[in-house]
Amino acid sequence: MAGWFSENGLLLGLALLDGLSYAALVFMVAVGLNLVFGVLRIVNVAHGSLFAIGAYTAASLGLFLSARGLPPAAGYAVLLLAAVLVGGVLGPVIERGVLRRVYGQEDVLQLLVTFALFMILEDVQKLIWGVQPLFHDAPMKFLGTVDVPFGEDVIPFTAYQIFVVPGVAVATLAGLAWFLRRTLTGRVIVAVTTDKEAATAMGIDAAKVTLLTFTFGAALAALGGALASPTTSLVPGVGAQTIVLSFAVVAIAGLGQIEGAALSALMIGMGRSIAVYFEPELEVVVPYLIMVAVLLVRPQGLFGVVETRRV
Amino acid sequence: MNRLVEPLLALAATALLVLAAWAVPWLKFVLTIALAKGLAVLGILLLLRAGQVSFGHSMFMALGAYTVAFLAPQVPEALLLLPLAVLFSAVAGLLIGLFVVRYRDIFFSMLNLALCMVFYSVLEKFYAITKGTDGIRVTPITIAGQEPGRETQEWLIFGLALVLAVGSGLLVRAYLASPMGRALAGIKTRETRLEFIGVPARRVLLFAYVLSAVMGGCGGALLAMTTRHVTPLLSYWTASGELVFILILGGAGSALGPFLGAAAYELVRVYAAALVADAWQMILGGVLLAVILFAPQGLWGIVAGRLRGRA
Amino acid sequence: MTDAAFTRRAALLGAATAGSLLFAGGKAGAQQRPAELKIGITTFLSGPASVFGVPARQAAEMLFEEINKAGGIGGVPVRAFFVDEGPGTDHLVGEYRRLVQNEGVQLIFASISSGSCLACTPLSDEMRKTTVLWDCGTQRIFEEGPHPFAFRTQGYATPEVLAPLLYLLKHKPDFRSIAVINQDYAWGRDSWEIWKTAMDTLKPGVRVVAEMFPRFGATDYSTEVTRLLAARPDVILSTHWGGDLVTLVRQAAERRLFDRSTFVLPVAEASMQILGRTMPAGHVIGARGDHWNNHPRPKDPERLRRLVEDYRKRYNEYPIYPCHHMAQAISATQAAYAKAIQAKGGGWPNDQELANAFRGLTFDSPTSSITLREDGQGLEDQIVGMSSFNDRFPFAVPKDMVIFPAAMVSTPVGQKSVDWLKTLKPEILAQVPAAIAG
Repeated sequence: MAGWFSENGLLLGLALLDGLSYAALVFMVAVGLNLVFGVLRIVNVAHGSLFAIGAYTAASLGLFLSARGLPPAAGYAVLLLAAVLVGGVLGPVIERGVLRRVYGQEDVLQLLVTFALFMILEDVQKLIWGVQPLFHDAPMKFLGTVDVPFGEDVIPFTAYQIFVVPGVAVATLAGLAWFLRRTLTGRVIVAVTTDKEAATAMGIDAAKVTLLTFTFGAALAALGGALASPTTSLVPGVGAQTIVLSFAVVAIAGLGQIEGAALSALMIGMGRSIAVYFEPELEVVVPYLIMVAVLLVRPQGLFGVVETRRV
Repeated sequence: MNRLVEPLLALAATALLVLAAWAVPWLKFVLTIALAKGLAVLGILLLLRAGQVSFGHSMFMALGAYTVAFLAPQVPEALLLLPLAVLFSAVAGLLIGLFVVRYRDIFFSMLNLALCMVFYSVLEKFYAITKGTDGIRVTPITIAGQEPGRETQEWLIFGLALVLAVGSGLLVRAYLASPMGRALAGIKTRETRLEFIGVPARRVLLFAYVLSAVMGGCGGALLAMTTRHVTPLLSYWTASGELVFILILGGAGSALGPFLGAAAYELVRVYAAALVADAWQMILGGVLLAVILFAPQGLWGIVAGRLRGRA
Repeated sequence: MTDAAFTRRAALLGAATAGSLLFAGGKAGAQQRPAELKIGITTFLSGPASVFGVPARQAAEMLFEEINKAGGIGGVPVRAFFVDEGPGTDHLVGEYRRLVQNEGVQLIFASISSGSCLACTPLSDEMRKTTVLWDCGTQRIFEEGPHPFAFRTQGYATPEVLAPLLYLLKHKPDFRSIAVINQDYAWGRDSWEIWKTAMDTLKPGVRVVAEMFPRFGATDYSTEVTRLLAARPDVILSTHWGGDLVTLVRQAAERRLFDRSTFVLPVAEASMQILGRTMPAGHVIGARGDHWNNHPRPKDPERLRRLVEDYRKRYNEYPIYPCHHMAQAISATQAAYAKAIQAKGGGWPNDQELANAFRGLTFDSPTSSITLREDGQGLEDQIVGMSSFNDRFPFAVPKDMVIFPAAMVSTPVGQKSVDWLKTLKPEILAQVPAAIAG
C-alpha cells in the first residue's frame, strides 16, 4: 500500500504538471467567455473560433516572420501581436456588425446568432489556412527542456509548457483582477455586469462598454490560441473542442466570475490529466462529470450569486 | 385563422413531400431524415415555449438511434423498436429531467449540453460495447413482419416518419392549447406567479421535458432506421446546436415550423455539400444568420405573414 | 400563390425531373457503352486525415487525366466524383446513396477510414454496386462475412501489423516491456489486438506498461508523452497516422522520448515528408505496403520513377502511400474492365459482370503485382525497415529493409486473424527474408 502511494504519488505530481498548462490554456479562453457573458449576457459560441483563428494567425505570422530572419526570442511578441490583431479586428466586426442587432431579443436568438458565426468562421478558417496541420514550434524550441526529477529518474518537460503558458495565465488573472477593481474602465465593466439598468441610468455608455468588453474577450481567446499554437498541430475542429470545454469551465465557475474561472479551469485541467494516467478511457468525460457534480451541489456554480426570484 | 389553415397547410406539405420523394428517389432518403430531425426539433419547441433552450437534445436522438442499433439483432421489427426507443428515451428524459428542470436559462442550456457531451463520450469511449467512433451498423429490420425489398422498405420508413410527424404535430397542438401547455408560457414570463396560483412549475416543465425526450428518441429511432448506421457524432454538441438551428430556421410559432425548417435545412445541406464540398457549413451559417437578422420568426413566420397579409 | 413561391416550387420540380432522369440513366438494364465512366471516390477532404485524402485525390486526378488522354477505360472517358469522409459516417452513407442513386456511378472507391469502409461495404451488398476498398485496413471486412461486390486492392491490418512485429522480433528481440498509443477507432483498436495476440504467441511474457487510445484527431499528447517518459517501456507501438502521427512524433521528439524507447510506427511513411529531420533515426517504420520511394527492387522501375516524377512535378511533393493505393485501385479498375469487356466479346459489363471480373484479378502496381483472393482481399507485399537519412531524400527513409511476401503474413482465406495469429510458431522468424541495406 505504501509502495502504491509513493509510486503513484510521484505520478500524480507529473499529472499535475501536465494539467497545469492545459488548465492555463482553458482558462485563457474561458475567462474571456465569462467576461463577455457578464456584460453582454450572451454565451458566445463563436468564442472557440476566435481561439482557433488566434492560433492560426500566430503560427502563420511566426512562420512568415522567422522566414524573414526574425530572431526566435521575438517569437513571443508575435504571439501577443496575433492576439491583438485578431481581437482588434474580429471583435468590433462581430460586436458591431452582428451582435448589436440582436441585443434585447430572445435568448435563443442571441445564442444561435453566435452559433451561426461559429459555423461561418469554421469554414473561413478552412478556406484561409487549408486542412493540412500547421505548426510553428520555434517559440517552444527556443527555451528547450527542463528536467523534472522523478524518483531516481528525470522527465524532460518543455520550459514553454511549464513556465510560459501558466505564467501568461497567472499574469492575465492578476492583470484582470487589478484592471476590474482598480481602474475606472474596469469598474464600469463591473458595474454593467452587476446591474446594467442601474449603470446605464447612472450615465454609463453601455454601447461603448459592450464593444470594449467584447473586443477584450476576443483578444483573450485569441491569445489563448496563440499560446497553444507552438505546442500543438493546428487542424480544423480545434475551435469546437475548445469552446465546449470553456462552457464547462464557465458553468462550474459561475457566470461572470473571473477567479472562479481560474479555479474551475484548474479542476478541469488536473482532472483530465489525472485521468490520462490512471484511467485514460475517462479523459474526455471528466470535465463534464465535474461540471454536473458541481452544479448538483451548487446550482449557481462555485462562485455564482443566487438571483432573487422576480415576482 | 390558424385552426383551419394549419392542418390544410400540413396536408399540402405532406402531399408535396410525397411528390418530391416520388420524383427523385434519393430525396426520399433526405426527406425521411428531415422528418426524423423535425420530430426532435418539435420537442425542443415545447421547451422553448417555457423559455428554455436545450442545447443538448441530440442526446435523446442518439439514445433512440442507439436503442435501434443495439436491439435490432434481437428485435428486428420496426414497430417494436420504435416503442422501445420511446420507452428508453422517456425513462432517460424523466431521470435527466428531474435534475435539469431545477435550472433555468443559461444553466438549463449548459447542463443539457454537458449531459449530451457525457453521453457522447460514453458512446465514443466504450469501444468494446459501442464500437467507438466507427459506430454501429443497424442490421436489417422488418416492418410489420414484412421483409420488403429496399425500395419498398424506404417507402415504408418514409411513410412511418410522415405518420409520426403528423401525429406528433397534432399532439403538440393539442398539448399547447391545454392548461398544462399554457402553463409553459407562464414559466417563461413569471414563474413565481404560476406557483402563487398553485401550479407546480417544475412538474409542468418536467412533463414537457419528458415529452420532448420521447420525440427526440422517436426521431433518433427513425434516423437509425433510415441511415442504417449510428455514430457518437449524433450526440456531439454541434448536433444539438443543429436542432436548435432548425427550430429557429423553421420558426417556433407553429408545430409546422420544425418540419419546414428540417426540410429546408437538409436540402440546403445536401445541395451545398454537393456543390461546394469545402464550404457547406459556411452556407448554412449564412442562412441562419440571415434568418435571425431579417426573419426572426423563421420560415413559418414568413408563411404566416403572407397568409395574414392576404386574409 | 405568390410568384416567389411558385418559382421556388418550379425550380424544385425542375431539379426533381433532372435528378430522376439521371437516375434512370444510371440503372439502365441493357448495357450500352456509357458516355462516361463515373467513379465515386470517398476520401478525406477535411479534418486531420485530409493529409492522406488530399494527396490521394491529387493522384487520382493526375492518373485519370493521363488515362483520358490515352482514350479512357475501354474507350470511355473517366469522370471522378469526390466525396468528403470528414463529416462522419452517417453523412458518408448518405453520400454513398447519392452517388449511386443520383449520380449513377458505375463503381465506388471507398474510404480511408476503416469505420467508413465498415459502413460502406454492407451498402455495396445492398445496392449491388462494385466497391473498391482503396485504402482502409481493418481485417474485419472480409473476415466477418462475404461481400460479393467489395474488393480491397491493397494489403490490410494483419500483414501491416504482423510484418513490423516480425521485423522487431528479428532485429531487436530483447525487449521486455511495451506501451501502446493508438488512435481511438477501429484501426487503432484492431491493430493493437492483432499486435498483442501475435506478440503473446511469439514472445510470451512481454509486460504492457500503458495502453492509451487518445481521440482521433487529438492535438495535444503532452500528458501521454509524460506518462510514457515515466514508464520507460523498451518499445512503444503506435499505429497513428496523418496529422496525429506528426503531432505525436514532434511532441515526443522534443522531449527525447525517442532516446528512451524504440518506436514501432507501422504507418510512418506518409508523414516522413512533413516531419523532415524531426523524425529520429533508428526506429522501425512501415508503409502499409511495399511502396517506398527507395524500394530496393521494384518490379517496374521505370513506371515507379515516372509516377514519382510526374507527381512531384505537378504537386511539388513526393507521393505518399495513399497515392500509391489510389494508383493500385485505378490499375485494378483498368485491368477489371479489360477482363470484363473481353469476356463479353467487346460489350460493356453490367454491375454483376464487373464484379465477376474483379474476383481473382491480378494486376500490376509499379512495385509488384497484386492478386485479389477469392474473398476479395488483395495480396500486397510489405516492406519494413529502420528509419535513416541519406542524401537522396530530405526526410527519413528505411534502411535494412525486409520485403515480407504477402502470403507469409496474411491470414488464410476463411480464417479470423486473431485465431490464426494464435497458431503462429516461432519458426516463422526463420522464414523472414534477409534485410536489404537500401
